Amino acid sequence: MKVVSKKVEMVEGDMTPMIDMVFQLIAFFMVLINFSQSEANDRVVLPNSQLVKPPEAPLEFPIVLHIAQDGSVILGGTTYTAETLKLGLNQELNVIAAEKKKPQDANVIIRAHKDAAAGDVQEVIRVAQEQKLEKFALRVKEDRS
Amino acid sequence: MKIRKRGEPAKQELNMTSMIDVVFLLLIFFVMTFKIVEMEGDFSVKMPLASDKSGAVDDTELPLKLRLRADDNGRLASIAMNEVQLGTDFDALRNTVVGLVGGTQPGEGSEGGPEVEIDTDYNLRYEYVINAITAVSGYKVGDETVKLIEKIKFAKPRR
Repeated sequence: MKVVSKKVEMVEGDMTPMIDMVFQLIAFFMVLINFSQSEANDRVVLPNSQLVKPPEAPLEFPIVLHIAQDGSVILGGTTYTAETLKLGLNQELNVIAAEKKKPQDANVIIRAHKDAAAGDVQEVIRVAQEQKLEKFALRVKEDRS
Repeated sequence: MKIRKRGEPAKQELNMTSMIDVVFLLLIFFVMTFKIVEMEGDFSVKMPLASDKSGAVDDTELPLKLRLRADDNGRLASIAMNEVQLGTDFDALRNTVVGLVGGTQPGEGSEGGPEVEIDTDYNLRYEYVINAITAVSGYKVGDETVKLIEKIKFAKPRR
């Protein structure tokens, strides 16, 4: 008896719609990803306010101080206390001086945790004032409710 | 001449496996790093270090005194504006400020206009300070913001 060899056909699913969808998802996430969030800190949850609006232009010569709930201050990835913050601020002021600007030109952005003690925030402001910094921005989350 | 039937030309198919692998890796990366952007804004405060000079001060230039007291847990216990007790109601604070500054619009820039000095207990939660600043800074009417006081400063921290 003659045996007829049958070729087994491979059943291939059509991948086109799936690839389309995946590319659309990638495009969606790429557009929405926001690398400028590097200014944020995981230890800080900002308070809300209905009055603030996102600034139209970024502040000049910003010095971002994160104040955690326990009162510790994070500046440029280094954690300070209110007493040792002067060292970190001096480094920032040296950078500003290298650009031939005065401390008064710098903007101190204070990103304090909503449950931090107000006195700790005031201490940080006082230390910054002693370094001749004058302009402060108290950063809060926009409340649209 | 015998013509041989040629078989159907073999389909040239691209191997998609590696591309799909990479695409899925990209997708996972973007999904994991995705964060919903929270809009943030600033309350601008210009606050140079107070000079020790003691001179005659015009009474009209004295700032409004806002006193915020806290309980042992850091919650707001009382609000007082120029020694007038307002309970813990920020709406009452806003109404008081509207009554005090009336139709006075804050001047252009940081010059001119009334000023408020916030004096808080050390352990008061920062959230309440922001609520107080919001109440004295203005209020919203629809989409419009009515500004009240733009000059804000802090008293010396209380230990």
